[in-house]
Amino acid sequence: MADEVILLDFWPSPFGVRARIALREKGVKFEYREENLRDKSPLLLQMNPVHKKIPVLIHNGKPVCESMNVVQYIDEVWSDKNPLLPSDPYQRAQARFWVDFIDTKVYEPADKIWSTKGEVQETAKKEYIEALKILEAELGDKPYFGGDNFGFVDIAMTGYYMWFEASEKCGNFRIEPECPTLMASARRCLQRDSVVNSVPDPEKIVEFAFKIRKIYCV
Amino acid sequence: MASDEVKVIGAWASPFVMRPRIALNLKSVPYEFVQETFGAKSELLLKSNPVHKKIPVLIHADKPVCESNIIVEYVDETWSASGPSMLPSTPYDRAIARFWAAYIDEKWFPSLKSILKAEGEEEKKAVLAQVEEGNALLEKAFIDCSKGKPFFNGEHIGYLDIAFGCFLAWLRVTELAGGHKLIDEVKTPSLSKWAERFCNDPAVKPVMPETATLAEFAKKIFAKPTA
Repeated sequence: MADEVILLDFWPSPFGVRARIALREKGVKFEYREENLRDKSPLLLQMNPVHKKIPVLIHNGKPVCESMNVVQYIDEVWSDKNPLLPSDPYQRAQARFWVDFIDTKVYEPADKIWSTKGEVQETAKKEYIEALKILEAELGDKPYFGGDNFGFVDIAMTGYYMWFEASEKCGNFRIEPECPTLMASARRCLQRDSVVNSVPDPEKIVEFAFKIRKIYCV
Repeated sequence: MASDEVKVIGAWASPFVMRPRIALNLKSVPYEFVQETFGAKSELLLKSNPVHKKIPVLIHADKPVCESNIIVEYVDETWSASGPSMLPSTPYDRAIARFWAAYIDEKWFPSLKSILKAEGEEEKKAVLAQVEEGNALLEKAFIDCSKGKPFFNGEHIGYLDIAFGCFLAWLRVTELAGGHKLIDEVKTPSLSKWAERFCNDPAVKPVMPETATLAEFAKKIFAKPTA
């Protein structure tokens, strides 16, 4: 019996893209359904009644919510190729720790960079770069956070890597001089097949960012 | 050669610290409990968790693991042969357990904390309604996850039981302070029975503070300075 895999998603979402990448890393055939976040589908509201957010992975009719939860689920179900989490418990704990760091310390300032201006934005830019520097120190001289292999933490960060250009343009700053090795790893991730097929054209994200900035940043 | 010894850096009143302690008890792993002084951070804590500087931290064979739910999974995976699995056996059920644990930390506990800090009747009513909404969701989640068994994880206490159960002492303190029951036989019958089972479990009892002791502590830390 073939698996039915549906992904409810929104094209510029740094969270949705994580699920897309994970599915492609595993070679899973899935149906991508675009959600209009200002007019959410009955299916989305039914499958994620608690948060009403994307991404939602619907596997044989059963929903999985929260992006890194979805990635972990995909890793456990399609465990035969490209493991995304390490097998050693200590390394797994480290990977989970850094994903939690990304979703708190990178997420909050990143969000403010496109949606605010003036002093609030300046503070957000500082905090964002500080968080990226901590990540860069953790990366060290490894090609990926996962070591030689693209993995869980890299997938989490790719959502932000695809927004780097938009963040830089909204905030009028550059990330590379502050975090050169992180940027090198970002480029490596953005060239990966599963990522190339999942991330939108960076220019479209910049355009989207400025469009919503007009709405939020009065 | 690093010894295999286990330390937990924490504080008796912290519900987050309770999580790794319960997990270690469930796996019968002996550990040294290193208590932090309230209001100051030790060298060991700052060295072991330089990123967040927060408790709990588990140190195993000199290697630190941080973030309470992450520590619980680490304990479960490392000492997998020493006790029943703390996570369900299917990927789907594991995803559900992780979903609710995240909900508890991101939505439920912040609204519980707001009850103690709420000023005025209006604000109190609003946050109470939020917590009760959350409790109704968790009551249903318990029924779905437990599938008729005593715990969220089935026969034995697991990840989600620990993630939620660690807050029960603070919940009771909040109920006392507000004069309002939050988990009881009428509103949340399944959770009410689960809470009693959880608190009486031998892995939990030694680390769950007495409600009266915690209430005294709460009065001290939430005391508003006199003008």
